[in-house]
Order: sequence, then C-alpha cells, then structure tokens
Amino acid sequence: MNKSWTPFNITSVVLGFAFLYIPILILIIYSFNESRLVTVWAGFSTQWYVKAFENEGLMNAAWVTIQVGLVSATVATVLGTLAALALVRHNVFRGRFLFSGMIYAPLVMPEVITGLSLLLLFVALGMDRGMLTVVLAHITFSMCFVAVVVQSRLIGFDRSLEEAALDLGATPAKAFMQITLPIIAPSVCAGWMLAFTLSLDDLVIAQFNSGPGATTLPMKIFSQVRLGVTPEINAICAILVAAVASGVVIASLTLKRQEVRRLRAEQLAAQA
Amino acid sequence: MKSVFRSLVAKSTIWLPYIWLLIFFLAPFLIVAKLSLSEPAIAQPPYTPTMNFWDGPIGWWRDISQFSFYNFIFITEDSLYWKSYLSSLQIAAISTFLTLLIGYPLAHGMARAPRAWRPTLLMLVILPFWTSFLIRVYAWIGILKKEGLLNQFLLWLGLISEPLTILNTNTAVYVGIVYSYLPFMVLPLYANLEKQDFSLLEAATDLGCTPRQAFWKITWPLSMPGVIAGCFLVFIPTVGEFVIPSLLGGSETLMIGRTLYDEFFQNRDWPVSSSVAIILLLILIVPIMLFQRSEALARERER
Repeated sequence: MNKSWTPFNITSVVLGFAFLYIPILILIIYSFNESRLVTVWAGFSTQWYVKAFENEGLMNAAWVTIQVGLVSATVATVLGTLAALALVRHNVFRGRFLFSGMIYAPLVMPEVITGLSLLLLFVALGMDRGMLTVVLAHITFSMCFVAVVVQSRLIGFDRSLEEAALDLGATPAKAFMQITLPIIAPSVCAGWMLAFTLSLDDLVIAQFNSGPGATTLPMKIFSQVRLGVTPEINAICAILVAAVASGVVIASLTLKRQEVRRLRAEQLAAQA
Repeated sequence: MKSVFRSLVAKSTIWLPYIWLLIFFLAPFLIVAKLSLSEPAIAQPPYTPTMNFWDGPIGWWRDISQFSFYNFIFITEDSLYWKSYLSSLQIAAISTFLTLLIGYPLAHGMARAPRAWRPTLLMLVILPFWTSFLIRVYAWIGILKKEGLLNQFLLWLGLISEPLTILNTNTAVYVGIVYSYLPFMVLPLYANLEKQDFSLLEAATDLGCTPRQAFWKITWPLSMPGVIAGCFLVFIPTVGEFVIPSLLGGSETLMIGRTLYDEFFQNRDWPVSSSVAIILLLILIVPIMLFQRSEALARERER
C-alpha cells in the first residue's frame, strides 16, 4: 500500500462514489417495490416490470427509440468518420475553417437551440415532423461527437502502413478497408456506441422535432414524470440503466482484450 | 468522366459530411438568425415575413426590408428575459463551484489510489455518464420529495423535526446539476492530478511542509489547468440547461433554456424564442472562446 492512499483520500473516493451511485441504486431497488407509493417499502415484487411491458405506450416509445438510435448512430458513424478523416488528412481545403467550426460548434451548442433551429429548418422545408426528422436531427449532433472520437485515434495513426499498401498496388478504397479501418475500428465502435447512447438519451431535441406517432422513450418518461413518480417508470429506467451499463462494460472489456492481443502479436512480430 | 467520378469519390470524405452540416447545421442556424428579426403573426407558420427561397432576389429584398429588431427590444424591456439570463448565469456559476468542491477531493483521491485500481475507478466515473441523463435526474425526485428518502432519513436521524421542502427549489437544481455534471469535472482534474510528479510533494515535506501546506503550494497551483477545463466543461452546458430546472426546479427557478422552451411551446412565439436563442449564443461565446484559448495554451505548454 502506498503512502499517498491516506484515510482522507479513501474517504473522499468512497463518499464521491456513494454520491454517484446511491441515487441510481435507490431507483433500481424501488422498482422492485410492491407498493404503488415509490417511497414506502412494502416488499419485493416484479409486478411493475410486468406492468411496464404490458404498457403499450411505453413499449411503442421504446421501439421508436431503438429504431431511431440504430439508424441515426449508424449514419452518424459513417459521416463522423469521414469528417474525422477530412480533418486529419486534408490540412488545406477550401472552407476548412467553416468545416471544423461546424464540427465543434454542436458539441457546445445548448440543446434547446439545436432543437429549435432544426425544427425551423424542417418547417421551412415543409417536412412533417415524425421519426425521420428525429433521425436527421440525431445524426447531425451525434456525428460531431463521432468525428471527435475518431479524430483522436487518427492523429496517432501511422500513415506509412497505408502508403505501403498503395505502393503494393491496392486501390485507395481497398487500402482504406483493409488497413485503415481495422486500425481505427475501436474508436469507430466507441463512436457508434456514443452516438447510440446520445440518441437513446436525448429528450430536448426529440421534443422539438418529433411528431405524432414518433414519441421516443425519453419523451414518454418526461411526460409521465411531470405527473409524478411511478414504479412503472422506475422499472423501465432500471432496465435501461442495466442495458447501457452492461453494454459499456462488455464493450470496454472486449476492446481491452483486443488491445492486449494486438500488443502480444506486435511483440511476437518484433521477436521473429 | 470516369476520373471525375473517381476524384469525387476520393473527396467524399470532405463533401459528404460538409454538405450534411451545411444543410442541417448552418442553414437552420441562419433560419434562427433570420427569424429573430421577424415579427410574430397569427398564421402558419406564425411569423412574417415568411421569406420563401423561391421568391428570387426581388422577393428576398422585399422581405429583408421588413426585418426589425422588434424582438430584441421586446426582450430587453420584459424583465422575465434578462432575469432568466442573469439567474441562469448565477445558477451555473454556483453549481460549477459546488461541482469543483465535490469533484476535486474525488479526483484527488482517485489519482492517489493504488495504481492497479485506477483504471477501474476511472471507468466507475465514466459509467454514469453513459446512462441516461434524464434517468439520473429523475432518480433525485424520489429522494428529494417531501415524503422522499432524504427527508425520511433526516427525520429518522432526528436532525429535523418536520420534512424540508427541497424538490422544486433552486437547491434541488444545484443538486441535480452537480450530480449530472460531476464526471465532466472529475475527468480533466484526474487527468491532471494523475500526471503530477510525486517527488515534488516529497521534496516539500522533506523541507518541512505539512501535507496541507504542500497541497496548497504545489498540488493546487499545478492542477490549475485541470480546474479551469473542468469548470468550463460544467459551466457552458449548464447555462442552457433545460431538463434539470424543469424536473427539479420550481416556479422560482428561472433558467433561460426553460424560458425559451416555454416561449416556443406555450406562447408559440417563434420570433421571440429565436431572438432568445441568439442572445444565449452571444452570451455563451465568451466562455467558449476563453475555454478554447486556455486549451490551446495548455497544449502549447505541454510541448
């Protein structure tokens, strides 16, 4: 044990993590509460999970959210990766300043403004608000996050590998698919996951850009919460937290294992 | 022809995302700017001039000549708006300070933890950031309610004799902001504190500094870049926050994100909400520029 791990440091770490995790734990615990009153414990029960799954409105919203998330995360990952390539590979092109500005601005833009401005665009274009408009809105702000994530990986990327492939007769597309993409794959995956969770999470932008029949889960939760806390919402939240948490943990463990394997392969290659 | 096609494909890394952002980021933004100069009308869409792209230059000019700063004057005259801006800035500043107060010891403790634990601790800080923002705010409603768990706990301890009203006050908003944005504060602080050279502290104690003196003379000044980055990362998004004030705040909680939302959805005044948005952006540009500059400085110092 090192000297710096003092009681004070231990206490602040323990208290800090207690603060971060106790509210979520309470939420999950009370989703198993028998009573309708969220604050009084009346015994263990899974009835609210059953009720949540029987609630058609909630299930429809969940389905809409998953569809929106899958489509928008995938398109955003493609566009974001291309944008990152453009930023890292092309130091000079016409309008680069505007381009990088448009990549970074949405990261700090208040959600109410992004939501409002996209809605006004859709009105100006005469588009009806619905699932498509939510997807377009989500792609736009999450692609910028993907671009930043992928960009950080591309900066440390050794271009000579790609050049070697080109010298050996690969087409640029083939060199990209076989050399560049596998190397930046971890950050592309991380970008996709980030885009997916951003979409899953978004309330404000969806609120502005969604229309009838395209209520997302956060919108549904928000409108129910305004009426009061219900154990059904607790149950749906607990499922979401568990799904996202296990997704993140599995993904980071897989990435770590790949990294270890890659390092080992590189060591072997160096010895050979 | 084929070569033109090929170069188009090769350049697609630039023009595909570029065009997307021009259509879905820049154009909407220009529409907001334009609308902020229009006047509300009882029509569909509810503003004039409507400015149709297909009207051509003469039509555009006719519309542009109708622009007015009416909304901006209206905003400065109605105290609701400037009170909302001021109180947003105040709430953001106070909660940034509180986040620093809680985040610093946590980041400091993490950076001093046994080396083997640090990646796990780091992941535990990031994990809540991946779970839904809305859910994390929602979790606090059950805790802060009048008959909620915090009041039950305090009553049980005997610290209070009757339940406190916390939910729907500014206190609840502070709690919600500190809780939601804590990872943004801890991550840059941890990155900084973890890199610090430990031998400096040892030298200080060898020369007779108490641990507390050593902290204030060495660790704290050296951690300034992390403190600044963390504070900006919390402050900037908090100013325009909507979810936290509308779920945890009460009628006394004026925040501009919420005012804008209500202006749009309840009053259906699109031009005024656009002007509110433009002013909010103008206010935010200052801290964003400062943040960019301090980041650039920090990067240069590292070289």
